[in-house]
Formats: sequence, structure tokens, C-alpha cells
Amino acid sequence: MTNPYVLATLVLYAASLALYIWNLREPSRFAGIGATACLIGGLALHYLALLDRSRQIHAVPYDDLFGSLSLFAWLLAATYLGLEAIHRRRSVGPFVLPIVLVVFLVSHLPEAHAIKAPPAQGPLFAFHVTLNILAYSAFAISFVLSIIYLVQNRRLRGHKLGVVGWRFPPLDVLERMTRSSVLIGCASLAVGMVAGFILVHRLQGTYWDGDPKVIATILILVAYVSYIFWSRTAAGRGSRASALCIFNFFFVLFSYIIAGPFLSHFHRYY
Amino acid sequence: MEIVLIGLSHRTATVELRERVAFSPEQAREAAEQLRSRGILEETMVLSTCNRSELYGVPGELSADSAGAVELFLASYHQMSPSELGGSLYRHRDSHAVRHLFRVAAGLDSLLLGEAEILGQVRDAYQIALDHGETGPVLNRMFQGALEVGKRVRSETEIGTRPVSVAFAGVKLAERIFGKLNNHRALIIGAGATSEQVVRHLSDRGIKQLRVLNRTAEHAVDLASRFGGEVVAWENLTASLEWPDLIVTSVSSNEPVLTRAMIERAMAARGNRAVLMIDLGVPRNVAADAGNIYNTYLYNVDDLSEIVEQNKKARQAEIPRVESIIEEQIQKFLHWQAGATTGAVLGELRAKLAGEREAFLKERLASMQNLSEADRAQVSAMLEDFMNRVVLDPAERLRGVPELRRKLQNLEALRDLFHLHREKP
Repeated sequence: MTNPYVLATLVLYAASLALYIWNLREPSRFAGIGATACLIGGLALHYLALLDRSRQIHAVPYDDLFGSLSLFAWLLAATYLGLEAIHRRRSVGPFVLPIVLVVFLVSHLPEAHAIKAPPAQGPLFAFHVTLNILAYSAFAISFVLSIIYLVQNRRLRGHKLGVVGWRFPPLDVLERMTRSSVLIGCASLAVGMVAGFILVHRLQGTYWDGDPKVIATILILVAYVSYIFWSRTAAGRGSRASALCIFNFFFVLFSYIIAGPFLSHFHRYY
Repeated sequence: MEIVLIGLSHRTATVELRERVAFSPEQAREAAEQLRSRGILEETMVLSTCNRSELYGVPGELSADSAGAVELFLASYHQMSPSELGGSLYRHRDSHAVRHLFRVAAGLDSLLLGEAEILGQVRDAYQIALDHGETGPVLNRMFQGALEVGKRVRSETEIGTRPVSVAFAGVKLAERIFGKLNNHRALIIGAGATSEQVVRHLSDRGIKQLRVLNRTAEHAVDLASRFGGEVVAWENLTASLEWPDLIVTSVSSNEPVLTRAMIERAMAARGNRAVLMIDLGVPRNVAADAGNIYNTYLYNVDDLSEIVEQNKKARQAEIPRVESIIEEQIQKFLHWQAGATTGAVLGELRAKLAGEREAFLKERLASMQNLSEADRAQVSAMLEDFMNRVVLDPAERLRGVPELRRKLQNLEALRDLFHLHREKP
């Protein structure tokens, strides 16, 4: 991990995290703007690191697990930045940035080396992979937001908000942010899946080959669409919806960590 | 001129205990009257708000251990044993009692630091006591001083510039749950001063819709009309609970106005959409177990202490300035008090000397038959002039120069020196 882009990205993400935490503890204009600025800088350098990695191994970053993890971290940070801009809330940053930082670190720890090209190629494949990873990033954010919601809800009901509790977004905003993330995730996943089915058809002449990764992805979509509907019902409104959102994320982890690398023929990186 | 204060507040007692020792306006008048008729206090003043019950008084000349007697009275009035109150009561005397009242009026002792509501409550309580002749010169001066402190603190410092009150704390809490309130609806149960505060803050924060419900419909109409709200008949209380996201209660009732069953029905009807209930009533208006219902948030006045801490931090910087005003006003009161005491002593001294002079003249002039009436009058005038030069002129200077009084420290010595009867000014 000697790539200057990687090191610089790491520094900026770490600085952004520190400033987000500072801003949560003692809100200040300097810390808040600084955190966002560092995140934007980190995203730019991370993009350059991804490009550099691609040049080194002559492959797009998502052709291998570590590359896809790095892309996941980049999309996670970018999605969070979008949500921060829309909802004008920085208090979730201290909880998203650690994930970005850890995933980025893990993805760049091993040296990049030439890999076997995957069977699918071209813009549609890039579109498919990017959208699916974007969906995972969005679901990861909804997972973090749901945890914050449950914690905040517990504090509010228990009359123990504490100093930090006053700086988290209101429950209603957390709920809307979660729903926005899930909607982004579902839309990306749905379109990404369609692109995937087209790719499978090109390669195998059929749209359905029963790949475990595809089944897991369909399950994820069903789970999150259920969340969207259930969270608007009398039974699911509030903390129950957040609990479901947290539960759903385990499908994502299963798909990303187990179904893809170990059960699928098409989606493994080796 | 001893001053005693016995009381308990949110700092020393739980909401349950405060509920038990709260005074309604009628009870406050009755208690004050009893304290005076029993000879425990000569001047009395009962200050009872959501967060405190305090008895201020000036004991009678003959009442020994007046503070103890007031404590016993407080316990017996509320049909409690003294031990139930003991640990929760605070007791202050003289300048400490004055300082406490001034801090209360300044909002330094409030649940919400610097809140303005308490000043109105002090003013109202004082006005009632004054109208019923329960106060005297000492408490009048003390409470007028407290009102002056309150006014100065709010005009000369920033502690009162921000709209902070118990009501505001509730509104801020609503924003923790709902975010901006411009898409939410509020139901206000009760149309008193506290409710008005809530409505004012909700209106400032752009609440979408507002409904007011009160036992006395006229008050609800008055409040709703001033803030563009609607009025709901008290009979429709249960049905009206389905509608709001925020329910604020502040009514006088010994039983909960909103029961768990009522809230459960409302939640079912509104599809479990979140509801925040701010219970500002003491005794509490919402059944405590209603807060356990899914997606409801229930806060009573004690729970708002969380918000107090937040506001305190933001206003800490202003405290020294407020304390300085309080100190200034305390000195002013003590100066008046000392002057009043001096005046009383001097009055007694003047009366004593006049009597002595008359007796002296009667005794001595009896053997001087050759003196004409004009001569006798001249001797009497000379004697009076002499007494004024020797005793009364310095005494008058004593009244006008605080430094002299400080040097003398204890005017009781003057009383003893001249065998003066102790009388209240």
C-alpha cells in the first residue's frame, strides 16, 4: 500500500471522520465544512486511486474482490455525500465514514496484480456491476441510519437523549433518509439486475440460470421492497421498520460475502 | 425583621411529591390565612408553580422556631407526616431567603434556566397575596424587589432574550421526533398560561395546524383565535386524539385526563403514526403507562430536565451578569431593611425621650412656681433642642448613612441601651 493516491485518500477519509466526530461532539462551522471538504477530497483521490489500480492490472476495479470493495467504499462515500447534501445533516457522517475507511483500507492492503478477465465485458457489464455495488452502498447506509434510528428512538422513549442525542437528525428525518437510501438501492438493484439478465442471455442464451447470487439478489430486492411497503403500514411504522431494515442488510452481506465469492459460478472473483 | 422560607422544588423533590404539596390559588390563600391566624407568621406569601411550592414569611414577635412551625404546618396542611417532607425541603433565612427569591424571579432556579414564565407566576402570586392583605412591608418590598430583578435580568442580559420556557422545551423535543413542524398538527389540552406559551412557540415554529381544547370553552376560543387555531369541544376529547402528532396537556386535574386506553384507541385509529405527548400538568394529566404504547413518546415536567441541561450550557455565560444584578438588588433590599429597622428604633427612641422630657419637666418645674407660662415653654423648647443635638441628630444621621450602621453592626445594642420596647416597623 504505497500508492500515493491511496495514502492521500486514507489521510483525507481519516481527517473527514475526525472532523465529523468533532462536529458531532461540538458542532462548529469549521468542523462541519471541513469534514465535508475532506470527504469530497477523499472521494476525488479515491477515484484517482481506482483509476491507477485499473491501469496497473489492466482491468476495471470491479473485476476482482478487492477492486469491487474499493468501488463499494467509493460509492458508499458518494451516496452518503448525496444524502448529506439533500437532508443537510452531518451527524450521520461519524457512523458511515468508519465503514468507508475500513472497507477502503481492506481493499487496498494487498498489492494489485493482474487477474483473469471475467466472462462478461463492455459497458453493460460495467453498468450492471456499478449499479449493484451502488445498491449495496445505499443499503449499507440505510443499515447505519436504521441503527441510529433505533438508538435515538430508545433514547427518546427512555428520556435519555444526552448531548449527542440532540445532534442526531430527528426520527422523521432519519426515517426519510433511510427510505431514500432504500429507494436508491432498490432502483439501482432492479436496473442492475435487468442488465445482468441481459448479460446472461448474451452469454448463455437464457435469462435464468438459477445462479445462487442471482437468487440472493432477488431476495434482497424482495426484502427491501417489503420494507418500503411495510414501513408505511400501521404495524410496521417506526422502530419495527428500522429493525426490518437492519435485518435485510444481512441478506446483502450474505450475497456479497458468501453467495458471490463461494456459491456463484458467474460472480466469483477467481 | 426575620424572613423565613420553607419550600421544595424540582431540584429537591420528585414530581409525585410536588404534586402532593402543590397549592391551588384558593389553597394558597387559605394556607396563608391559617399561618397568620395561628400566629406562626405575621406576613405570608405562598408561591406554588408546577416546579415549586414555597412559603415565605415574616414570623411574629412571639413565635419561636418559626421555620419548624411552618414545616409542621406545610406537612399537616397536605395531610403528610413531617418525615415525608423532611429530606426534600430547603430552609432559608433572611438574606439567603431574599437571594433565593431573586434567583427564582431571575429564572436561575427554574427547570429551564432563564425562563420568563416564572416571573409572571411570581407576579400573579404576589398580586393575589397583596389583594388579600397577606403581605406586609417586608414581603412587599422583597417581592417588589424580585419583580424588579426579573425585569432587569430580561432587559439587561441575554438570558431571557431567547424564547425559553418549559413549553419551549416541549416544542424542541417535538422537533427531535418530527423535524420541522410545518407539516405536523398539535392538540393543546388546556388554555392556561402554560398552554399559551406552547401555542406561541408552536406558532413561531410554523406548526401546520392547531386545535385547542379546554373545559371552559371561552378560554379555548380566545387562545385559538389569537393563533389561528381551531376549538374542539371538551366532550370530543377522545375522538380528537386521533388527529394530532403532538399533544400538549396542561390542565388542573387530580386524575389523568388521558388514559392508556384512550391513547391506545387513538393510535389504532391513526395507524400507529408517532405521537409525542408533553404533559405539563401537575398533577400529571397523562397516565404514566400511556408512554409504553408503541410509537408514543411521553414526557412530563420532570423529563424535561434533559432539555434544561442543554439550555443551561448555552446560557451559562450570562449567569455572572444575572448574579451581579441579583447581588445589587439584594444590597438594595438589605439597605432598605436596615433603614426600616433604624427608622423603627429611632421612632421608639424619640417617643421614649419625649416621655422622659415631659416627666422631667413636670417634676422639676413643679417647684418653680415663679416661672411664667412663656418661660416654661422656653425651658421645654431648650430641653427638646438639647436632646435633639445630643441624641436625635446623630440618630437621624444613622438613618441616612449606611456606613454608620455597618459600623454599629447591631442596632439591638441601641434598643438595649435605651430600654426600648421592640416593635415591628
